[in-house]
Amino acid sequence: MFDNLSLFVSTISQGLLLTVEATLGGIVIAIVLSFVFGLAMLSKSRTVRVLARIYVEIWRGTSEVVQLLWIYFALPILIGYRIVPLLAGIVVLGMNFGAYGAEIVRGAVQSVPKAQYEGAIALSLTPAQRMRRVILPQALVEMVPPFNNLFIQLLKGSALLTLITAHEMTYQAREVLIQRHIDQAGLIWTVVLLFYLVLAILITTGMRALERWAARLVGRKPSQRRSLRSMTFAAKSHAPGGGL
Amino acid sequence: MSEPSTEADVMIRFEDVVKRFGDNVVLDELNFTVAPGEFVTLIGPSGSGKTTILRLLMTLEQVSGGKIHVGGECLTHVRRGDRLVPADEKHQRQVRKRIGMVFQQFNLFPNMKVLQNLTEGPIRSLGLPRAEAEARAHELLELVGLTDKVNAHPTQLSGGQQQRVAIARALAMRPDVLLLDEVTSALDPELVAGVLALLKDIANTTDITFLCVTHEMGFARDVSDRVMMFDQGQIVEDAVPDKLFSEPDHERTRAFLSAVLERG
Amino acid sequence: MNWDWNFFWDVFPDVVSDGLLITFEATVYGSVIAYLLGLVLALLRRSPVRIVRGVTWAFIEFIRSTPLLVQIFFLFFVLPDIGLKFDPLTTGVIAIGLHYATYAAEVYRAGIEAVPVGQWEAATALSLPRARTWRAVILPQAIPRVLPALGNYTISMLKETPLLLTIGVLDIAGAAFQEGSERFRYLEPITVAGILFLVLSYSASLLVRWLERRVGTVH
Repeated sequence: MFDNLSLFVSTISQGLLLTVEATLGGIVIAIVLSFVFGLAMLSKSRTVRVLARIYVEIWRGTSEVVQLLWIYFALPILIGYRIVPLLAGIVVLGMNFGAYGAEIVRGAVQSVPKAQYEGAIALSLTPAQRMRRVILPQALVEMVPPFNNLFIQLLKGSALLTLITAHEMTYQAREVLIQRHIDQAGLIWTVVLLFYLVLAILITTGMRALERWAARLVGRKPSQRRSLRSMTFAAKSHAPGGGL
Repeated sequence: MSEPSTEADVMIRFEDVVKRFGDNVVLDELNFTVAPGEFVTLIGPSGSGKTTILRLLMTLEQVSGGKIHVGGECLTHVRRGDRLVPADEKHQRQVRKRIGMVFQQFNLFPNMKVLQNLTEGPIRSLGLPRAEAEARAHELLELVGLTDKVNAHPTQLSGGQQQRVAIARALAMRPDVLLLDEVTSALDPELVAGVLALLKDIANTTDITFLCVTHEMGFARDVSDRVMMFDQGQIVEDAVPDKLFSEPDHERTRAFLSAVLERG
Repeated sequence: MNWDWNFFWDVFPDVVSDGLLITFEATVYGSVIAYLLGLVLALLRRSPVRIVRGVTWAFIEFIRSTPLLVQIFFLFFVLPDIGLKFDPLTTGVIAIGLHYATYAAEVYRAGIEAVPVGQWEAATALSLPRARTWRAVILPQAIPRVLPALGNYTISMLKETPLLLTIGVLDIAGAAFQEGSERFRYLEPITVAGILFLVLSYSASLLVRWLERRVGTVH
């Protein structure tokens, strides 16, 4: 039963690069958009806040699968150009998780005690300085656990690219292996799951290190316990990633 | 099977009790007894182990060494053949039913009305029929002066009212021993007197044995039969209130009392 | 602009009538499984038996960290082999329910831990049996607090039901895709699906926010 194992592993690994590319690309875009829209939702200008809120609600409110299908199958009809699967995937993952991430950033910034704002104002810092030097560094520590979950969600989301024929790991398993080795489907899918598990562990390890760095930045020990409060605000952002 | 006590008139006995939290030894070979019906107050600085004694009696903590006896039964150990082994949860529950506790934070069940708070223990632990448990509850609500609150939610009551309900809840179990853990420390000052008066009344009209941890020195002096001064897990002094408060033997007691009483 | 309004209104009713019911069924049944199984997993995580705790933890982490799509494929291919011949919708519902049960378990766990320790101590002081303490004191306080978070997971499940089109379930997205493949024109049908999901999840999120406000005032 295990003689084909090395074949399975090597076939699936051929999709590994694309999985990693899609995940990393999505993460980068998501981070940028999270901060842009997260801070926008805290803007003094009502217009900016509303526009940001619309972006967040639309991307969070629609299904990822539908978004992917739309961008790959529907958009080309509208604009007349085809889009490469990997690119389509990165865009959807980035925009989608950027919307969830915006809520995380917003929540974390809002959770910094008011006293910090007041202290910064008393020191006559400009709003930009306030954000950069006082608020964000403190908010960063709070952000890391929910973002950890979000990025693992994103990794899992990369599996959806199989639907738009991107040759990532799930595609490799489904199109290449299952056709010919359907009687060993259980083993094949288990191997796929293990691949994703390892990648998820890598992400978590990286994020834990990031959390420690961010905590050192503000002279704090990162909290070990996961609180109901921090979980509900991550869950409030409709992030499918639950437990912190 | 439990180890019979050697004296007929001892309700609580701590025998060489040791309690450690990690490396921190909170109680070190503590020995004392409390007679039935006695009202004993424990005073002393924070961390001296007073609350730990109550928590050990209520099995919220387990002893690291030594034995505790309640009303002739051993709370902490059972006899297996000719050896004494640490008691299991079931045995402790049995013995524990004779002990009641009133907490600093009241700890009423917010998802139940007052009546159900009072009947929950008698019905589920003592196996009383609902009618009897409710009759008992009404009686006790009258005793604590809250008959009109029978269907209220704990969140609708003031701190003093919640604590009085908590006292009624403890009494509903008809305990032999009642533990009071700083029961007025979380109350607004103006509500404290009412609760203390109630406790004094109960102490004078029942046979219940009281073990009380408090910072209310006036109350301690007025109601206790005995006061024990604790420091660093040891009993520093053990005397009747008049003696301990006016002419303490021990230097540590004197220092503590002058610091506490000065602040009024 | 290549948009065809006629086609849009043409496919709209078909996508709705074919897909909506299936989408609802998948979401509701999936949620029921997730909420119930999640509570079981949360309680198992607190078991005094170390092995039970460890195995439950490993199970939860494994399922949470791996893609639902792959788990759907796994069950779709493997269940028939072990004698469980379910239709695709049932298989999908089981997969979704199982996956989200692991999220729900964490939420329940946090809710239980948020109940003040004094409640446990009062129950001990009254010598209440353990089962009674859970039923009458702890869970009634833990669960209302976590309902908004659970509600949000239902919304997530709603949005993941399109994954079931890969195993032949015709939910909203599946119906849309089918309409599209009949005329080789996907733009309008998929847009219909997108709008439907937006409307459904936005309404559901309003419901959850209302729930949040209500639960907030109780405690």
